[in-house]
Amino acid sequence: MSGKADLVSNAAGRRVPRIVNGLEQIPYAGVGKHVPAGRKHAPRIVSCAAHPSNGNKVVGSLEEALRRCGLRDGMVISSHHHLRNGDRIALEVLETAARMGARDLMWFPSASFPCHEPVMGLMDSGVVHHVEGSMNGPLGEYCSRGKMRGLGVLRSHGGRWQAIQDGEVTIDIAVIAAPTADPFGNADGSHGRSACGSLGFALADSLYADHVIVVTDNLVPFPCVPWQIQGGAVDHVVQVDTIGDPAKIVSGTTEITRSPDRLRIAEHVARFLRDAGIMRDGFSFQAGAGGIALAFVMVLKDMMKEAGVKARFVRGGSTKYLVELLEEGLTDYILDGQTFDLDGVRSIASNPRHVATSPFTSYNYHGKGCFATFVDAVVLGATEVDVHFNANVVTHSDGRLLHGIGGWQNCLFAGCTILAVPSFRDRIPVIVDEVTTLVGPGEMIDVVATERGIAINPRRKDLADRVRGSGLPIRPIEEIKEEVERICGGKPERARLADQPVAVVKWVDGTVLDTVWRLGD
Amino acid sequence: MAQRGQAGRRGQDVRSDLWVGIEIRDQGGIEIALTSRVEPYYGERIREQTRSILDALQIADARVEIEDQGALPFVIAARIEAAARAAGAADGNARPERSVPLPPPSPRDRLRRSRLYLPGAEPKFLVNAGLHEPDAIILDLEDSVHPDQKDGARLVVRNALRCVDFGRAERMVRINQLPSGLLDLEEVVPEGPDVILIPKVEDPSQVAAVDRRVEECCVRAGTSRAVWLMPILESALGVEHALEIARASDRVCALTIGLEDLTADLGVAKTEEGDESIYARRRVANAAHAAGVEAIDSVYGDVGNLDGLRSWAVRSRAMGFEGMGCVHPRQIRPIHETFAPSRAEIDRALQVVAAFRDAESKGHTVVSLGTKMIDPPVVARAVRLVDRAKAMGLAVEEANAPESEP
Repeated sequence: MSGKADLVSNAAGRRVPRIVNGLEQIPYAGVGKHVPAGRKHAPRIVSCAAHPSNGNKVVGSLEEALRRCGLRDGMVISSHHHLRNGDRIALEVLETAARMGARDLMWFPSASFPCHEPVMGLMDSGVVHHVEGSMNGPLGEYCSRGKMRGLGVLRSHGGRWQAIQDGEVTIDIAVIAAPTADPFGNADGSHGRSACGSLGFALADSLYADHVIVVTDNLVPFPCVPWQIQGGAVDHVVQVDTIGDPAKIVSGTTEITRSPDRLRIAEHVARFLRDAGIMRDGFSFQAGAGGIALAFVMVLKDMMKEAGVKARFVRGGSTKYLVELLEEGLTDYILDGQTFDLDGVRSIASNPRHVATSPFTSYNYHGKGCFATFVDAVVLGATEVDVHFNANVVTHSDGRLLHGIGGWQNCLFAGCTILAVPSFRDRIPVIVDEVTTLVGPGEMIDVVATERGIAINPRRKDLADRVRGSGLPIRPIEEIKEEVERICGGKPERARLADQPVAVVKWVDGTVLDTVWRLGD
Repeated sequence: MAQRGQAGRRGQDVRSDLWVGIEIRDQGGIEIALTSRVEPYYGERIREQTRSILDALQIADARVEIEDQGALPFVIAARIEAAARAAGAADGNARPERSVPLPPPSPRDRLRRSRLYLPGAEPKFLVNAGLHEPDAIILDLEDSVHPDQKDGARLVVRNALRCVDFGRAERMVRINQLPSGLLDLEEVVPEGPDVILIPKVEDPSQVAAVDRRVEECCVRAGTSRAVWLMPILESALGVEHALEIARASDRVCALTIGLEDLTADLGVAKTEEGDESIYARRRVANAAHAAGVEAIDSVYGDVGNLDGLRSWAVRSRAMGFEGMGCVHPRQIRPIHETFAPSRAEIDRALQVVAAFRDAESKGHTVVSLGTKMIDPPVVARAVRLVDRAKAMGLAVEEANAPESEP
């Protein structure tokens, strides 16, 4: 957005815009400080009388469905990212809308992938006004260069539910790509040739959007079970040849890292959980699908077996490594948010103890609790961590958009939050004086595990006490930072960024935590 | 007349390294064209470093092109110097300032269960190698380095010895086969490596030649720090000369064996069980012990197969070897565990030592434990085993002499 933005300093001391894409914002006030008021957003009331009583909502094409939904300029179009880099539908929707002459749309994906790069062309041509959702790779670069007409808004998975539920984002048309669906609109992600496991990220869209279109390449007679998305929320169903490329929707195999440094970090994390007494009978944990996280699961698994310990539940993103835990009886349940590989899909489709979850009960901060707050331990990555334990996961140290937030912010509420990161990458320090972009407040981050040692947040003296005498390399974070600076040849220069916001980072409660600035020239 | 030289690596897959092209000119001062992954953080510092190295090399006029993929300063220094030398610059000393103090010199009979091979041409593996706590790291200038990269690798290794903290690991360098290995010595010996591995040794005279050159380098560098030699026997002839080779210099601290080349020389396939090299390995182990130096086994190449590694190491230890090479850090722990004496062995050795001390204090000439007489070599072996166990960090408590039988 051009012109001088009206900026205010929030409770974290970060300068953030007062107005984002025309809407007044609440600056971040501190963890748990913002008290929401009012009622949830409600979609318009509709009647069965306006829908076919035989339950057949199938229409001939995506274009017809969009027309029937009253597509017009300036609408908010949402999509989910369960098909990941194999998704063909989100782009097809926007391109169809372009052919129909729509302009100034806001695309509201739960995340974007490299396959969505052509959206840049749609922004250049004015079809898409801006994107609110994760932006990586060339799309991230596009936003970082200030080429988008609106500001990017980066939200966590829980924050996206919160924004929809609280009416911060009103979805006009939700398009839900479904690996299996019936003519009534019931939809499931765990079966079909394009199976992706859970469809949890599309649930809020189905409940709160004014119009909902289900697009499937596997139309089955009613009923489609399980129905992760319920037909009662769906306006139209569109049958297509393919919703995506199965090889890119899930990976065939997820490979464990062979990098010695990453294996060492994974081992530090697992030993920490064991020696701090967090790994005990009935415990729970969440780890992502990154290289360190997968290696961590493997190491922890051996330790669990050795100690005769079993988890009550583990949180997905599921991979074959979590499925092995379930099938070997080392956890009672997998509570899955998204499904990363073929073993995960097979398991969620067949094992009642492998449960698809949505961000509503797992992550949404404006709910009557969410279970992310009582997971015993989470293992997360970060691009930067500072000496106050503040962390960045969305931008590279040079300020360029690099990752979405995903469930990362929501997971910070766990009993023990561990960032598993190398202390530097090539010559780029990860442990720094101050993060480029604040995404996780330091008070939420308990442990930073690197290849050169483990730093415990001084706020967590209890954890420090519990691992005393364990032989783990516990070190002050400043000491690790200084060592890294010695190796890299001094403190890195700070990124030179223009004084112009290109995106904002929301906290889990919808307040504005930080600003992403335009890259310098 | 412009002279050109280049060094390092370029391309998409390169990480933590750089490519440098230098054109030395007659005039025009220093011109630097830098592209770097870390430009926003360290771009200025890379330019400063470049100027200061050229200054040290007495180059006043040159165009320097650098494609940096996030290399650490000691690597940048090595690549620039290599490119300058390739362009004909022969003068000046561009050794980076020593940023890591020299560790204490190694005793000849140091614990050498594991030695981790690090390719000298691949800087990204160097900086964290010590974290994995091998007993030794080997900066390799030989087989892992492409012939085109030998000059560059030598400088990377030299700088690593000055600037990389390898923790408690002993710092070994594998030089090239003679005669080019002698050039390697000129570059690395002044930096105080603990052990020089000499590849493809077949004759004691090769060890003697290295010994002489090491001595000359030490004298020139004004150091009396110990530099040990570890000949690698990699041919049938080398194995047959094992004892003479082990005795060829007082600097020899260990003999080791290279099975890839040896099996090739024998014209046999290298197998999982290693039956084809049993004779050679036994002979090398025997010669090493006969000469009073350590016997160290070859590497186990299948990084993914830790169970296979363990069984190899068990057989290796049973043959009298005291350690192995590692091609990946994950092999270190299984090797340390396998070459460690068992609890029962330690307890037995402690009893022997205690019985010996007891007998000594009572003025007995014969040591006995229970109903068994203990011969002096058994006592010596027990003393050594207890020392080793202590060095390995295994909890060792001195035992009391067992009560004499009534």
